[in-house]
Amino acid sequence: MAVFVTYCSLKYLAEYCLTKQYNNEADMVQKTVPANITEVKLYHRYHALAPEIVPRYFNDSADIKLPLELISEMPELKENPFHQKLLQVFSEDKQDNMSFNDFLNMFSILSDLTPQHLKAYYAFKVYDFNSDNFICQSDLEVMLGKLTGDEELSHEEVQLVCHKIMEEGDLDGDGKLSFADFEYMITRAPDFMSTFHIRI
Amino acid sequence: MAYSVDLHIDAADAIPVFSDDDLASPDSCFDEELVHNSFANLISEQSALESEPSVMIEMEGLPGTGIENVGYIRSPPRAQCKLNDDCYDPATLKVLSFMPSRTIGRSRGAIISEYYNRTLRLRRQRARPALKDMSRSMRPSIRDVAALDENCEEELEKKKLLSELQQLTGSECTRMLRTMPLNLSVKRELRRMTSNCKDHSSVPLDENLSCWSHTKYTLIIAVRQCWYGFLSLLHAFHLRQIALKQISGRFGTGVLSYFIFLKMLLIFNAFHLLMNVFFIVIPQATHPPKIPERQFFGLELLTGIGYFTDTVLYYGYYTNNTWSILHGQYNKSAPKLPYNMPIAYIYTIGSSFFITCIILVHCLSKAFGESYRVGNTYGNLVTKVFCSWDFKMTQKQSVESNYENISTRLKESLTEHKFRATHSSITQWMENLSVHILGWILSLGSVVGCGAGIHYYSESMLKDYSQDIQQGIPEKLVESRLLTLPLIVSVINLVMPYIYNLIGLLEKYDFPQQQIYVSITRNLLLKLAILGPLCFHWMGNKLKETAEILCWETFVGQEIYRLLVVDFIFIILDTVFGEYVWRVICIKLLKRKRKPEFDIARNVLDLIFGQTLTWLGLVFVPLLPAIQMIKFLVIFYIKKLSLMKNCQPPHKLWQASHMMTIFISLLCFPSFLGATVVFSYTVWYIKPSSSCGPFRSLAAMSDSITNWVQKLDENGSKFFKYSWIFVRNPFIFFLASGFLLILIYFHCQVVDGQRKVIKLLNEQIANEGEDKKFLIDKLQDFNRKKFKFQNKRLTQREDEVYSDNY
Repeated sequence: MAVFVTYCSLKYLAEYCLTKQYNNEADMVQKTVPANITEVKLYHRYHALAPEIVPRYFNDSADIKLPLELISEMPELKENPFHQKLLQVFSEDKQDNMSFNDFLNMFSILSDLTPQHLKAYYAFKVYDFNSDNFICQSDLEVMLGKLTGDEELSHEEVQLVCHKIMEEGDLDGDGKLSFADFEYMITRAPDFMSTFHIRI
Repeated sequence: MAYSVDLHIDAADAIPVFSDDDLASPDSCFDEELVHNSFANLISEQSALESEPSVMIEMEGLPGTGIENVGYIRSPPRAQCKLNDDCYDPATLKVLSFMPSRTIGRSRGAIISEYYNRTLRLRRQRARPALKDMSRSMRPSIRDVAALDENCEEELEKKKLLSELQQLTGSECTRMLRTMPLNLSVKRELRRMTSNCKDHSSVPLDENLSCWSHTKYTLIIAVRQCWYGFLSLLHAFHLRQIALKQISGRFGTGVLSYFIFLKMLLIFNAFHLLMNVFFIVIPQATHPPKIPERQFFGLELLTGIGYFTDTVLYYGYYTNNTWSILHGQYNKSAPKLPYNMPIAYIYTIGSSFFITCIILVHCLSKAFGESYRVGNTYGNLVTKVFCSWDFKMTQKQSVESNYENISTRLKESLTEHKFRATHSSITQWMENLSVHILGWILSLGSVVGCGAGIHYYSESMLKDYSQDIQQGIPEKLVESRLLTLPLIVSVINLVMPYIYNLIGLLEKYDFPQQQIYVSITRNLLLKLAILGPLCFHWMGNKLKETAEILCWETFVGQEIYRLLVVDFIFIILDTVFGEYVWRVICIKLLKRKRKPEFDIARNVLDLIFGQTLTWLGLVFVPLLPAIQMIKFLVIFYIKKLSLMKNCQPPHKLWQASHMMTIFISLLCFPSFLGATVVFSYTVWYIKPSSSCGPFRSLAAMSDSITNWVQKLDENGSKFFKYSWIFVRNPFIFFLASGFLLILIYFHCQVVDGQRKVIKLLNEQIANEGEDKKFLIDKLQDFNRKKFKFQNKRLTQREDEVYSDNY
């Protein structure tokens, strides 16, 4: 127990010193200071993805972008069936690249401090696979396919599930789920906040 | 509440003239009313061209909702295609693509302009807007042209938003910025530009800063870094973030909630320990009473008797003296601050109970708020599809078992309807019912049997103890004999849940959730049946009449200590044998592929049992929270290790949000309430022993407070006397409960009203959907006919030209 405690304290001391030195250098190099420990941690992870390309210390003026394939190698994302769409939603330049700001944005939305409707907004964008601002029947079918992986449901079961969801969720009867419908549904599901959450 | 369409054809000069091309692009739509009026114009134009009577009838009926309109029914049937984009012609599609519901989030400028509108509305209407004034949709309004235009000026919108944000107060500004779905860099820029949104994170370092400001900012940064460093060091002593991440990565949120609950209990115990140490233990330890010397044998750790008897651990050590603090030998003129030990004892424990009560009620209300919603009519299917994938899971194996889990649950929920549809026959229903009744009789019988057994055993144990001491049997043997009661209790706690699981397997349930609730109820009844007779035995008279026990409070404290320690040993043994050895047996001997599951319900109830014992024993053993904390820390790491190596994620349906609610409510109601009742009974009614403890000469522990208040009263302070009378008056409780009942009634009415509003709004949304479908159909018809008409005119002109030429 004592060994464990000493190890932890040493580790954190090291991290603290590193953060201090890092911020000092950042201060000298440019104007913005990284906000808090989480941002520093995330920058370390971002740097670890491609140490040759990404500079060691955060530099606001540098325009570093990493390709999405590199980011999807992260252990937190690799096994997630939705990770491709998730990365696409958060990459601003729509060319399959992610800058550090996008990366930070993504993990801050997926943290547990984000308000609910903001999470619902991004969840809607993730689940809208054909990007037409509606969750239609085809989106639901793709989603069920991703949820069940190898244990696929039969065609009639998929149709039945989609039909039931539309029945329950589609309030204005246009056969698709708009953002308002989705937000209404999802904010009533108490598990949403705890499942749409990634720890870093 | 449909928007009433004004169909009267106004004077032509009021309406801008629309060419055919203009209809396709809504750039010329400046106002909602104009749109509707122009639309009406076009429709009347069309009807003039075609002169179809049925259409006119439909138009006249429009001011009401489309459904009640009789004319609608008389309209010729059209091919009712769903709003699928493939059945529309290009002109209609172009209009549809500009519909507000399809432009959400399309461009950053649109988002910014939408939030500009919201900020404007927020600033102008501080009070909650009336229902009739609420905008009918959350989408960008058609009033704001910029929202529809993809090329709208981002910079312009940003300036407008900034000007609005600057007029908000600081906290509202940050809140508004937090809720915007924009990139972090944009938000940071906005924050920097609005001077009143003081954000701690970014400190502007400008070259033009004066020397003083520069040092000030450097100081702020340094202090902040120290604070973060301290926090991260503090984290090292807390149960690690990484451990929780590993657990959630493999087992999901369900098992994680057990560990979070464990952490919560640890924090409660730490609080109790701090209070007791500062106010009770340290003052007494600095003024130790005269005690006989004893030797330390190893057995004390298990039995709590012997060396530990006359230490700060137990009630018997404390005296009923009053000391003065700040009275040193060197400083005789310092003011005397009397420290009354009995008062300190009772007030410390009473206030820690009170504060724990408040914290528990707060946690409970928060947990309830998260898991139960108003108007929650959504079945399981939506939750299963959209919320069942736990993004925290990262291990490949868990992910694959998750696929299987979700697929099974979806199939189950689909067959549920089939199951409910096929009514099981009467004989089968009777059979099920009889099996259920048998199961309940068995479990209730076993509960009563265990309770009675413990009651009789505790009485006979007391008799044996006094006989043993009279006969002069060696002390160590007598003490070891006292260990049999905790052993029996722990064995019951270990064995009975497995029996209940077996009984549960034999019964058939309609819903899998039912099985979990039934199993929790049975285990809970068992724990109550164990604790009830024990409390009765401790508070009862038999204990006090036994002559050999000089200090009954210390004896009760020692019993509780023994129970806790033996419980701890059994939990470790259960983890080792129940999980590790069982896994080895399962895989090697029985050749099953599955490892054993982590039984969340049983483990949580064990934790609650331990915590109840701690609360019960807080009066008699002030240092009990320390023992409990050590126990919890060790259990955390052992359970985590065993979990990683031996278990697999649970198959049963657990909703993570409901779980924490259930755990906390179980902690609050049977456990904490019972402990408070026992504590109050001890303080008010039981006579403390006359030879030990801080209340040795009194008839009841509460008499110390009464005496103290009287003493204060004699010194002239009437305040305490009146407040004491105030507190003791039962009328206060009636008043307080009356007030609570009124509050609950008020909240129920509010919830009821909200449900009605939700129903009305749902109906309105459905009506709006019908309106939309109707209008889109009309638009499509119009475009089609116009296209046909254009073709006709074109061919007519061609014919004319042709005929002219020839």
